[in-house]
Amino acid sequence: MNVHFHSYDAVIVGAGGAGLRAAIEVAGSVRTAVLTKLYPTRSHTGAAQGGMCAALANVEEDYWEWHAFDTVKGSDYLGDQPAIDIMCREAIDAVIDLEHMGMAFSRTPQGRIDQRRFGGHTRNHGEAPVRRSCYAADRTGHMILQTLYQQCVAKEVNFFNEFQVFDVLFEGEGKDRRTAGVVAYELETGDLHVFTSKGVLFATGGYGKMFRVSSNAHTLTGDGPGLLFKRGIPMQDLEFYQFHPTGIYGFGILLSEAARGEGGILRNGLGERFMERVAPTVKDLAPRDMVSRAIHAEIKEGRGAGPSKDYIYLDLTHLPPEQIDAKLPDITDFARTYLGIEPKKDPIPIQPTAHYAMGGIPTNVHGEVVIDGEGTIVPGLYAAGECACVSVHGANRLGTNSLLDIVVFGRRGGRAMADYVTSVDHPTIGRGAEEPVKARIEELKAGSGTEKVAEIRSTLQEAMTRDASVVRTEESLLDSLATIEDLKKRYTQIKIDDKSDVFNYDLTEALELGHLLDLAHGLVVGALARKESRGAHWRDDFPTRDDKNWMKHTLAHLEDDGSIRLDYKPVIGGKYEPMERKY
Amino acid sequence: MTVTEDKTPSTSPAKAELVRVHMRIKRYDPATDTRPRWQEFEVEMSPGDRVLDALHIVKWSQDGTLTFRRSCAHGVCGSDAMVINGENRLACVNLIRDLGTELVIEPIRGLSVIKDLVVDMEPFFAQYKSVLPFLIAKDDPGYKERLQSPEDRERYDDTTKCILCACCTTSCPVYWANSEYVGPAAIVNAHRFIFDSRDDAGQDRLDILNQKSGVWRCRTSFNCTEACPRGIKVTQAIEEVKRAILYDRV
Ligand SMILES: Cc1cc2nc3c(=O)[nH]c(=O)nc-3n(C[C@H](O)[C@H](O)[C@H](O)COP(=O)(O)OP(=O)(O)OC[C@H]3O[C@@H](n4cnc5c(N)ncnc54)[C@H](O)[C@@H]3O)c2cc1C
Ligand code: SF4
Ligand code: SF4
Ligand code: FES
Repeated sequence: MNVHFHSYDAVIVGAGGAGLRAAIEVAGSVRTAVLTKLYPTRSHTGAAQGGMCAALANVEEDYWEWHAFDTVKGSDYLGDQPAIDIMCREAIDAVIDLEHMGMAFSRTPQGRIDQRRFGGHTRNHGEAPVRRSCYAADRTGHMILQTLYQQCVAKEVNFFNEFQVFDVLFEGEGKDRRTAGVVAYELETGDLHVFTSKGVLFATGGYGKMFRVSSNAHTLTGDGPGLLFKRGIPMQDLEFYQFHPTGIYGFGILLSEAARGEGGILRNGLGERFMERVAPTVKDLAPRDMVSRAIHAEIKEGRGAGPSKDYIYLDLTHLPPEQIDAKLPDITDFARTYLGIEPKKDPIPIQPTAHYAMGGIPTNVHGEVVIDGEGTIVPGLYAAGECACVSVHGANRLGTNSLLDIVVFGRRGGRAMADYVTSVDHPTIGRGAEEPVKARIEELKAGSGTEKVAEIRSTLQEAMTRDASVVRTEESLLDSLATIEDLKKRYTQIKIDDKSDVFNYDLTEALELGHLLDLAHGLVVGALARKESRGAHWRDDFPTRDDKNWMKHTLAHLEDDGSIRLDYKPVIGGKYEPMERKY
Repeated sequence: MTVTEDKTPSTSPAKAELVRVHMRIKRYDPATDTRPRWQEFEVEMSPGDRVLDALHIVKWSQDGTLTFRRSCAHGVCGSDAMVINGENRLACVNLIRDLGTELVIEPIRGLSVIKDLVVDMEPFFAQYKSVLPFLIAKDDPGYKERLQSPEDRERYDDTTKCILCACCTTSCPVYWANSEYVGPAAIVNAHRFIFDSRDDAGQDRLDILNQKSGVWRCRTSFNCTEACPRGIKVTQAIEEVKRAILYDRV
């Protein structure tokens, strides 16, 4: 196996919205390499549909403080308020910044950036839905990703496309360690590349592929969090995983909340608008955790639709066809393509789908990775985007706040890293930095194992969707824990068919599965311990929020023996005191 | 809405009768093959499954060496362009139900094959980059958004949809014959900025596309438009660029 060596001041791992936004910030001033396992424009940011919230007040009165209040409440009071304030205040700047870069926002008749309603976003602390989401039809993420990539092309950012990172390097030990680079695998050749670097920013996106029904791309396997977890970095709040209410039945492909923002209605098998009962004020535009649970309840109580009564309808049939074509062209096409249904005439069968990781690599508001409750950082190590946990989303993210998160904290992380790397000298790495990755790959290729990667992965996905999703109990979580522990044992015996060097996705899928197993393990152990219901984490056996004992963040540690150890750190409060979440 | 008349989606477990799908796939392993070879596979699929699902079944249960790119699985990332039954398509937006149970799958043409269905995308992205595919605006809008009327926004809407999948460029007979031609995808991305009212570098892009590798190579055969999975009117965009060159600006 050939090994190549590179030296940079800064390395960014991932080229979705967060990685690209960071690159724009860093690349001008610092020698930077951006490593990505996909061509940048293929990152899953491009799949985002609905919009990005900012209190521009272009179409009605709005203030960033209202946005912050909604985000805190939406987070079920697990979000850190100083970080939320920063995000909501800088949102306005971030949208204008994107417009200046060329982003093709949808416009008002006056030519200003148009805004629409979205779940959980309200005027004046919950009075009524507010038009806060800036959008480009139902392809906002595509436009953001393209715009950021275009700017990187203009700035001649140095990309290493189809380079997959499998390890992070440190100089020194324990408390004295600092970041020293990464080890990447080049897909086209099978060669290893060691990048020494003063700073490394992870922006590898989510890990929704641990669930069977998921809106996430096949490549969203939690590589960044997974490899850091293995290197002793704790993961925060993994048990908070969001299930989006409206995935296309059977596929999990997302139909954006924008469909409801434009007036779409959820109906059960009897045709009832059941959200009226659950959230009398905002109805179908309640936050996702509530809507997903309401759908779960309708189905469980026998009011689902279809022969197995296992789905719900998203009804757009009453919307003017021109509005559907102008505002929701892509998602209505998805319904046509995958279900053969014309949404202008027939309601669309939907079910909740695994969507977004609120948890991940713990960071502060500068994108620096924080490893404990005291705010201790690992110098040179940064994370941003869905793989990170700042935490601005707490126990439940509001729609549109992730596109916002990735640009705000991508920029902040990039800026902090650029400052840091200009103030320190170059790290040194020992000989054989690539050895662990090299050994693992050689072992897999030589492999005498018997277990199939695809089988372990689908068993994991089944178990997670069945036992650790919208509604959890001690019993269901113990079941999923037993499955994961068994799968982790079987994982040590995997075999792959492809032993070649060139584009060996058989090999990379095998390595990705290791990340999914560890992160699922952390998720389930965290969920078992958390004996309350908060945001997306709902325990049927503990159906209330318990602020006295549980208003705290979970930190999961992956131990050398493969077990998970938990500790906790306090939530950072602010001006909003916890209250009951009613909509 | 009608709830009594039950529209059962084809993916419903209740309706999931399986069909046998026969696949012929063009394969090439640079380590062992001197030229591409055909291999056949049989898989059981439900009619509502995607061609991509069928490829996954092969890869995951029959032959892990079968190699193709993919990510989003619903037609938004542009990874899985391939020739399916003679036409350029994304494997993830075509269902067995629509294409039938006989599938012939080959890599897209005009870019060199690296392994199986994976081709070298570097020339394609280099051509994309050659047309200045980014906003160049000379004004300083200060701390506020630029205004753009809905009509001006609509003017370039169609070409903003491009996902850089290369279906168009690799269906173009002119591109097959001469890889110097920048190709329809690059022109689409130039169009996106030439017709954006906020942009000031339209003339520079028109000059680039007026060169011998530019728009004049296009012979208006519409293959590209038919191939585009995003429904972009590619040939029309090329025509608009040609007209802009001829009649000086948009
Ligand atoms: C269908 C869908 C719709 C959504 N709609 C909205 C919306 O309307 N509004 C909103 O706010 N949010 C939305 N979200 C959420 C939001 O889009 C994502 O959370 C966000 O885009 C994530 O961006 P990211 O930059 O963190 O990661 P991604 O865009 O997923 O990028 C990850 C990057 O990491 C790279 N990578 C991964 N692993 C490695 C590795 N080992 N080595 C090298 N590179 C690696 C990949 O190549 C990729 O470039 C949606 C999500 C989905 C799935
Ligand atoms: S219209 Fe032009 S670009 Fe498109 S396929 Fe024909 S020759 Fe090629
Ligand atoms: S124009 Fe259409 S076919 Fe061509 S690259 Fe863009 S999306 Fe693909
Ligand atoms: S896998 Fe993304 S377009 Fe097909």
